[in-house]
Amino acid sequence: MAFNKKAIKISQKHLLGIQDLSISDINIILDEAKSFISLNKSKNKKIDILRGKTQINLFFEPSTRTQSSFELAGKRLGADVMSMNIVNSAIKKGETLIDTAMTLNAMHPDLIVIRHQDSGACNLLSQKVNCAVLNAGDGRREHPTQALLDALTIIDRKKKISGLKIAICGDILHSRVARSNIYLLNMLGAELNIVAPSNLMPKDIEKLGVNKFTNMKDGLKDCDIVMMLRLQSERMTSSFLSSNREYYEYYGLTPDKLNLAKEDALIMHPGPMNRGIEIDTKLADDINKSVIKEQVELGVAVRMACLKIFGQQ
Amino acid sequence: MKKKYFLNANIIDPYNAIEEVGGLIVNEEGKLEAVGKKVNKNNIPSREKFIDLKGKYIFPGLVDMRVFVGEPGFEYKENFKTLSNAALSGGVTSVVTMPNTLPVIDNVSIVDFLKRRGRDKSKINIYPSASLTKNLESTNMTEFGLLKKKGIIAFTDGLKTIQNTRLMSRIMRSAYDLDCLVMQHAEDFELSKNGSVNDGIVATRLGLQGVPDLAERIIIERDLTLLEDFNCRYHISQISSSKSVEVIKKKKDVVKFTTGVSINNLSLNENDIGDFRTFLKLSPPLRTEEDRMSLVDAINKNLIDVIVSDHKPEDEESKRLTFSQAATGASGIETLLPLALEQFHNNSIKLFKIIELLTSNPAKILKINKGNLTIGSNADFCIVDINKPWIVKKENLISKSKNTSIEDKKMQGKVISTFVNGEELYKAN
Repeated sequence: MAFNKKAIKISQKHLLGIQDLSISDINIILDEAKSFISLNKSKNKKIDILRGKTQINLFFEPSTRTQSSFELAGKRLGADVMSMNIVNSAIKKGETLIDTAMTLNAMHPDLIVIRHQDSGACNLLSQKVNCAVLNAGDGRREHPTQALLDALTIIDRKKKISGLKIAICGDILHSRVARSNIYLLNMLGAELNIVAPSNLMPKDIEKLGVNKFTNMKDGLKDCDIVMMLRLQSERMTSSFLSSNREYYEYYGLTPDKLNLAKEDALIMHPGPMNRGIEIDTKLADDINKSVIKEQVELGVAVRMACLKIFGQQ
Repeated sequence: MKKKYFLNANIIDPYNAIEEVGGLIVNEEGKLEAVGKKVNKNNIPSREKFIDLKGKYIFPGLVDMRVFVGEPGFEYKENFKTLSNAALSGGVTSVVTMPNTLPVIDNVSIVDFLKRRGRDKSKINIYPSASLTKNLESTNMTEFGLLKKKGIIAFTDGLKTIQNTRLMSRIMRSAYDLDCLVMQHAEDFELSKNGSVNDGIVATRLGLQGVPDLAERIIIERDLTLLEDFNCRYHISQISSSKSVEVIKKKKDVVKFTTGVSINNLSLNENDIGDFRTFLKLSPPLRTEEDRMSLVDAINKNLIDVIVSDHKPEDEESKRLTFSQAATGASGIETLLPLALEQFHNNSIKLFKIIELLTSNPAKILKINKGNLTIGSNADFCIVDINKPWIVKKENLISKSKNTSIEDKKMQGKVISTFVNGEELYKAN
């Protein structure tokens, strides 16, 4: 397959969040991603669009799927990919993010992919380096490529997003995935139901243009998509919930609760899953309903599209 | 010192209820000899030179009740000399410094040191406050009585709040016995834990942990309830939300207390934080526009008594971090008056009222003879062109730290010169 090597112009230099993108930017990225889906299934998966370009993956938080997805995406486009191991880096010796940025910048990378536990870390980095910065998740703020791959998955299955009713359920408070998806799916015309216990609901979330529910029964009613989020126990500094089993009883996705949604409703989850806490294990593996594996698969295509577009800006 | 004559100025001295065009005479000892409309060209000796201040204003030197200085321990952020120069350029001639230093201002011997340093290095009047509890640990009270004898006029844990209700009640009882002023920074630390912005849509959008207005209100409600039983001199350092205003309004008829507001909360709102501007990470945090408006309204209804700069110098290293890691606070003593004048220019608060909250009111709360133009008192005052336009640039700031919350803001009104004890110690160029 021949790939267009020409640079595609979009409004942003960096991919810091969905909030910064226009609808046209989003459509460009999604269209570009579609072209990579079949490449990723073919025998020869490597092309040379980013040959000679250097991509640095800077992960301050543990990650399996996002980091490997970005690494693979870069390699398939022909870039030289370096993944920094933060555990052994100077950060542990007290270096600040800005100093790390300056150090890396001196090595002239073309792309930096960053994940950081603090919201806004990618914004700070982008002010200090010359290359494109791609946000692979910052604190609880944004995870733009996850939202884009979710959108791509929905389009792939439902052929559209506009007019769909989508429920995002679970630990919304700590979730960057929820926030990016709210911005993106809203822009693309979906109706959004946010379902969470009050303790895990961000303040004034309805001001983002979503419906707010504290129970699954009302929240899942007539939904086309049910997106479950991981309970982020590692970010919980004090008591948010009484127990996992109570959470599962009221907010875990079970066949009973799924019946409230439309019959052909799809289940999504950004992973990693807590089986038996936010989702019933059989539902997670139900190939007729769950698109969780497809999300991972399309994730590589979306990241290839982003690396290509932002690497050529 | 030669006698000085100033004529044709707009003089505002809320302490003496003066708001008129007139003159001011400083005698050889640096004391005020005459003030007001009776001082004009016809009744000063014709051989004397005078300064014509037509169109300009004379205010008493400002009294700023909440100022952080880095001395001792953080001299690289601000020392007495740089603080004093910054204050003078903003028309501030008296400050209460916070005890959050290293070591903490919590005992008699450190106060001696501090007073010497303040006297030697500073040209303005420095009133150090001492901490309420030893080492700010909220366990044992400091020696209010002995510290007061050394000249301490106010007690506060500065950035910290007494969380323990029993301890707070005992502090109030002691403060009552010894007639000491207690100043509380109202914040429930459990509710505000890890928070860095107002809890609301901005926190949600930026993905930051919020500080709910409840954290402030609950401490104010607790303290004002305690005050019903233990009636000491009590001052809420600063409030930030309409909820707090409501509580204060309700309690005003029940107990006696006073309230402050930071110029930042009075002038800015949470949207000014924009894309993670760490210089606007403040405590209490900037809140909604409705909250800000309620603070303006509270001033006009006499529910807020004092405006402070909450001057908190922080070096670049403490601010060039991610928002949650960055230090809290903004440098602001030199822009306090010009920024407050904005409320006058946009018709929100009368000029007389603004000056009252910056001069006579804090002085009355502190029980110091400052912030007024009473004949016979030290000639501490500033001359202000309330219309002069200028732009805040951090490189032009005098303070050692440049963390202004209003970088690039267009201002209207500038201090032209500042006098302490009749001596001109600052003159704008």
